[in-house]
Amino acid sequence: MAEFLSLHDAVARYVEDGATVAMEGFTHLIPFAAGHEVIRQKKRDLTLIRMTPDIIYDQLIGAGCAKKVIFSWGGNPGVGSLHRLRDAVEKGWPRKIEILEHSHAAMACAFEAGAAGLPMAVLRGYVGSELPSVNDQIKFIECPFTGERLAAVPSVRPDVSIIHAQRADRQGNVLVEGIVGVQKEAVLAAKHSIVTVEEIVDDLNAHPNACVIPGWAISAVAVAEKGALPSYTHGYYGRSNRFYKEWDAIARDRDTFTQWIDKNIYGAEEQA
Amino acid sequence: MSQEYTSSEMMTVTAARALENGMTCFVGIGLPSEAANLARLTHAPEVVLIYESGTLQTKPEILPLSIGDGELCESALTTVAVPEMFRYWLQGGKVNVGFLGTAQIDRFANLNTTLIGDYKAPKVRLPGGGGAPEIATNAGEVFITLKHSKRAFVKDVDFVTTLGFGRDGKGRDNVPNIGKGPTRVITDLCVMKPDPDTKELVVVSLHPGVTREDVIDATGWDIRFAEQLESTQEPNPNELEILRELKARTERAHAGE
Repeated sequence: MAEFLSLHDAVARYVEDGATVAMEGFTHLIPFAAGHEVIRQKKRDLTLIRMTPDIIYDQLIGAGCAKKVIFSWGGNPGVGSLHRLRDAVEKGWPRKIEILEHSHAAMACAFEAGAAGLPMAVLRGYVGSELPSVNDQIKFIECPFTGERLAAVPSVRPDVSIIHAQRADRQGNVLVEGIVGVQKEAVLAAKHSIVTVEEIVDDLNAHPNACVIPGWAISAVAVAEKGALPSYTHGYYGRSNRFYKEWDAIARDRDTFTQWIDKNIYGAEEQA
Repeated sequence: MSQEYTSSEMMTVTAARALENGMTCFVGIGLPSEAANLARLTHAPEVVLIYESGTLQTKPEILPLSIGDGELCESALTTVAVPEMFRYWLQGGKVNVGFLGTAQIDRFANLNTTLIGDYKAPKVRLPGGGGAPEIATNAGEVFITLKHSKRAFVKDVDFVTTLGFGRDGKGRDNVPNIGKGPTRVITDLCVMKPDPDTKELVVVSLHPGVTREDVIDATGWDIRFAEQLESTQEPNPNELEILRELKARTERAHAGE
């Protein structure tokens, strides 16, 4: 049964230095409030897993929280580069980070395999790509039935997964609506999970096939109103495309980035 | 026809025309998305657009800035989880055409969206593969659209993120369960297709007003031209009007956010 905690306490309890952490949300429902709390608590040496690192990991990387990033597409969607990710990879600022890159299909399959309790995922992937030459976690196996050569990647099994969702009921059951990405898989693949929600309600009013994650499969639920901004929460508020564009200039320069983090993360109290 | 249009509009309209009504298209963000939606709003109302965020058969009113904009979900027939999107719909063989952009492309239509320079010490780190490596091999065929420049059109890509036809043109030979690969590349100067035997890209059509020299100057290898070089049909007023409305709508919507 999920425990209701403040975001501060949930992060303090479940995100340890050196942990492997997946903060998921495919453009939609990105758990920014939780990411900011991780920065505020100065967590270090994290292995950060996310299909699309997005601004959230750009901020965590620039703030020095990451030692390794596992991802499949590391850009600012529709805008350009993630400058903090690039600076860390190209120049080692604020520290050198290791990267391990996949394709989306492989990572999605790896999350699914993690949720399914399997050691690896199999896919018809990476044919002709040079990614396997730079990522030793991509292997090829032969199908025992047809002989077809298929790609295999290890499943994703984070120490903790963090997602944002629309709402939870008072038992901690969570409803995720809209673009659901790999959030359910991320929660089920992880040892521990934190779900931030816009609100707590008496009844989820979910239709029979809705994406509901039972409270007993979640470690902690924390209320974080507008917790996905500048990403969005379907049914609550839209994506701040303007901020995504503004981020390009903020993140391009180490000083403007540092000032932004000082003012907006370290200088801001946890909202929940 | 005397109507004025830009080379970007020429590119988008030409890319849109490549899509046939009723096709199922896995759409990349940016130029492919613009072209695919123009196709849907003009000659191909029944084209099925799929984005990797899980939005199936989507009909956005405005162009999405990101692959997972709310607009895509709200206007979709249904939205599925990302593993389902890649496993059932793409890998399962339900996609006729993958429509991709790229940072770099070489003479065998291999795509590089990973980095410029050496992997261990990159000069420029690019976003990475995203959905492209499997879209390019699991879709029935692939259309590619990007602006023509010497930086983008190189003899050999620095890194093969996504298979065209491999570094020797034979990357798809004898591979079971693989799509045809890139069947056309649409730029702001011309249309290219792979040579049926060598798989090297060949210019098959020049856009109006574009010379062979223009293409040669913007291509990083000794580009060949088809014997029967065609002239690409100009955009018609309807296509231009709908494209401009779509872009104006998109700009208004994004400015308001």
